[in-house]
Amino acid sequence: MVSALFPLRLENAEMRRSGRVLVGPVNLELLGEETTVIIGPNGAGKTSLLKLMHGIGRLSGGRIIWACSIDKARYRQSFVFQTPIIMRRTVLKNLIYPLILRGQSRPTAETLCKEVAEQTGLTGVLGRDALSLSGGEKQKLALARALIVKPEVLFLDEPCAVLDGRSTREIEDILKQVAKVGTCLIMTTHNIGQAQRLADNVVFLLGGRVHECTKARDFFNAPQTTEATMFLNGDIVE
Amino acid sequence: MQDLREGLINAFWLLATFDSDLVEITLRSLQVTITALMVASVIAMPLGTFLAIKRFRYRRLIVAVLNALMGLPPVVVGLIVYILLSRSGPFGVFGLLFSPTAMIIAQVIIMVPLIASITHQTIREIWSEYRDLMISLGASKVQRIQALLWDGRRPLLTASLAGFGRGIGEVGAIMIVGGNIDHATRVLTTAIALETGRGDFGLALGLGFILILLAIIVNFAIHMFAQTERQSLW
Ligand SMILES: Nc1ncnc2c1ncn2[C@@H]1O[C@H](COP(=O)(O)OP(=O)(O)OP(=O)(O)O)[C@@H](O)[C@H]1O
Ligand SMILES: [Mg+2]
Repeated sequence: MVSALFPLRLENAEMRRSGRVLVGPVNLELLGEETTVIIGPNGAGKTSLLKLMHGIGRLSGGRIIWACSIDKARYRQSFVFQTPIIMRRTVLKNLIYPLILRGQSRPTAETLCKEVAEQTGLTGVLGRDALSLSGGEKQKLALARALIVKPEVLFLDEPCAVLDGRSTREIEDILKQVAKVGTCLIMTTHNIGQAQRLADNVVFLLGGRVHECTKARDFFNAPQTTEATMFLNGDIVE
Repeated sequence: MQDLREGLINAFWLLATFDSDLVEITLRSLQVTITALMVASVIAMPLGTFLAIKRFRYRRLIVAVLNALMGLPPVVVGLIVYILLSRSGPFGVFGLLFSPTAMIIAQVIIMVPLIASITHQTIREIWSEYRDLMISLGASKVQRIQALLWDGRRPLLTASLAGFGRGIGEVGAIMIVGGNIDHATRVLTTAIALETGRGDFGLALGLGFILILLAIIVNFAIHMFAQTERQSLW
């Protein structure tokens, strides 16, 4: 079932900071039926674009249109940051924080978090100080905390960048499962293999602009632009 | 050496006999400093937090002034409070000069910049970490502040301990505004100053040791109470 937040439309969306254009102008429409993967080299503006869509990056021009206001929409979305933001408290308290914010009682929240903890393999570390987790465990905690509110849209900014092969596969399995039950995934990755495994749509971003936006199959089989071809071949694109 | 030994013996003796003057002075020291600490914390912590998360025109200036005020000489604070509270001063009608209240006021002024400044640094650091997450999760203003204060509680406790340390050992300001009156405004530090002036080093040292002991106990107690040692991190 597609979330009622869609379609998402970006109309000449632009983000400028200190006189530089970081993103845009971007025109894009996402229907929310499929997993969208944004790829592009470092500094292409992937993170900035995701933040714009989620409404936590200030728009400098153009419009971003969800089916409801962007603040209301954000309430039904989760964002997993490129560098996980870990609160200075125990893993359990990190995990249930979004539920507490939404007015759940502690006991209810703790019951609810069992499932996600199990799913992400965090059950054994719930009592630990979250800052003592390893980089990969932190990433899993950030994902678990994003999943706990059962978001309709899940933004993931390089969710597997610091994970090893096995953890990456575990996370990808979770993501596929989540996508199957109707959460729309919008993510970035550097890992072309991962993009091929997860993506239905690909947005190829370069210098803040969308160079291609197509079905994943088409993109990987026959990229339309030379830049995309080079990127897929592992060449350096400017 | 002679004086030091005599001081130790004196301190032990005063403690062992539960000397009533000593008890009175010690309790007054604690009363003045702890009251001042509470008032100062109530002012300084919200102020520091506000400066850390709110952007407005003169924020940097205020932070700079606050940092500069950390080095405020207590004697000068005492002098200013004295002038304000003296009979001809603007607050003279309250008749507060040479009372514990005057001493508390002076100590609050000395503590606020210190506590506010440490609070500001702490909260700013945590806020820069949390900002995106808080906005993403839709935390309200109150919820944000709650989370920042709660997760910063350990450094904030350290801030208030620093304030306590500054207050309990302070003599310049409270001597001026309190007047070191026996059974009224005499506290440990002013008593030490008095006995030193009189040449009674034994008693002065005895009081000094008790002061140090007190500072250590209070620090220790608060640390124990709040379990500030991060067990799992090291
Ligand atoms: N607040 C800012 N002020 C100025 N420049 C910024 C700001 N934020 C980001 N940038 C710049 O914008 C560009 C795009 O940043 P962004 O983080 O979106 O890239 P990215 O595609 O996510 O890169 P990466 O793959 O390394 O994560 C970068 O060159 C970055 O330096
Ligand atoms: Mg990025």
